[in-house]
Amino acid sequence: MIEIKNIKKRFGDKQVIDGVSGRFENSNNSLIIGASGTGKSVLLKCIVGLVAPDEGDVLFDGRSLYKSSLKEVKNIRREMGMLFQGGALFDSLTVAENVRFPLDMLTEGMGASEKADRVHQCLIKVGLEQAADKKPAEISGGMRKRVGIARAIVMNPKYLFCDEPNSGLDPMTSIKIDELISEITDEYNMTTIVVTHDMNSVMGIGEYVMFLYQGKKEWEGDNKSILHSDSVALREFVFASKIMESLL
Amino acid sequence: MNAIENAGRFFLFLKSTVHNPEPFRVYPKLVVVEMVKIGTDSFLIVAIVSSFIGAVTCIQTADNLVSPLVPLSVIGTIVRDMTLLELAPTFTCVVLAGKVGSNLAGEIGSMRITEQVDALEVMGINASSYLILPKMIAACIMIPALCVMSAILALMGGYLIGVAADVITPHDYIEGLRSGFRASNVYFALVKSFVFAFLISSISSYKGYFTTGGALEIGQASTKAVTNSVIGILIADFLLAQLLI
Repeated sequence: MIEIKNIKKRFGDKQVIDGVSGRFENSNNSLIIGASGTGKSVLLKCIVGLVAPDEGDVLFDGRSLYKSSLKEVKNIRREMGMLFQGGALFDSLTVAENVRFPLDMLTEGMGASEKADRVHQCLIKVGLEQAADKKPAEISGGMRKRVGIARAIVMNPKYLFCDEPNSGLDPMTSIKIDELISEITDEYNMTTIVVTHDMNSVMGIGEYVMFLYQGKKEWEGDNKSILHSDSVALREFVFASKIMESLL
Repeated sequence: MNAIENAGRFFLFLKSTVHNPEPFRVYPKLVVVEMVKIGTDSFLIVAIVSSFIGAVTCIQTADNLVSPLVPLSVIGTIVRDMTLLELAPTFTCVVLAGKVGSNLAGEIGSMRITEQVDALEVMGINASSYLILPKMIAACIMIPALCVMSAILALMGGYLIGVAADVITPHDYIEGLRSGFRASNVYFALVKSFVFAFLISSISSYKGYFTTGGALEIGQASTKAVTNSVIGILIADFLLAQLLI
């Protein structure tokens, strides 16, 4: 379980995150949603420790990310996997080498064949075993995201973070990525947090949804109750597309 | 950001490259890869520049040496001292600041923009140590080596063109090279090239590492890396001359 406590972050004069708290349960697909510029990605970066919050703390199964020793923080981070918006694959490495990278860096005493086997299993999981020898520049955006997922899960992480996994993808690929994230969360019993503004993802995999509005937590609940919320800001966000109204 | 803040951030950045590094086994391969990129890939440009610099120095010195009382071997001595004291370390490093510095800043900057640096951090890897330290070590090994090669090629360039243009005989040139040779000048050149290598690699990496924005900012970071490295080289050149000569 990941618990965030009163996270605040300011850039210059702008209060980007203003006292957000919440709990992301194990084996759940938790979604942080909101319009562009509401601080979703900044909140995610605060959760994983890429941006230090001005106030507040993040607890990973009770272990503080911001009040622990450097060694403890390193241990927590090694239990994380993250899918970045653009995949963040290393350009100079092949797909297989990208997936193997965390194993090479973070494991000791693991044999080459064991690593190769683990990489192969992860690539099969994301359906990319045929693309193992290709460079990131030679594959599509959707494939890059799937490689990013394979790299994120290769260390069997306890926590999975996805920053806008559907951005720039066609609807079919987007649904496949969502299904993959949901399937992996269940299979590996992970705590997963997805930042998105895609309502298809919300309705498809959102077991817990946190809606941010102007840097604050405006609403939280599951994807079934989201359609019946009283929050004006949330209703504007959810029903921006007429298709959503048909679900009522 | 003012100059003091910038300097503070630069020193904190340098500290982060050596503080809490990755296991030693990670670095040797990375250093070798960077040595190839920084050293081998710069060989041709350094060879061309050095040969011509030596040749031009020889021709111009001969042209200005009008007194019949001065022996021609002085041309070789002047080419040698100019090459060792200034041209080989400083000129080569200014050229390398352009080639290597922009390359480092561009590479690290694009990794920053495309979140590859963030990906390393999330894995629990010290990104600055993993990315920057091998480049700095490789630069501090290969750039002095390139400067030594540059000095040799400049002296050879001076010899070949001087003899071919008939401004000096091979015997006079060699005698000039050997006359009054001080080994301390070679050490001085090596110290300078080592310091310049450190400045090029650290300043360029720093500029790339803190790139924000997009493609435009990567270009700007590369430009700043080159200009700041060159300024750093010239200031260090002056200070080292004051300290060591």
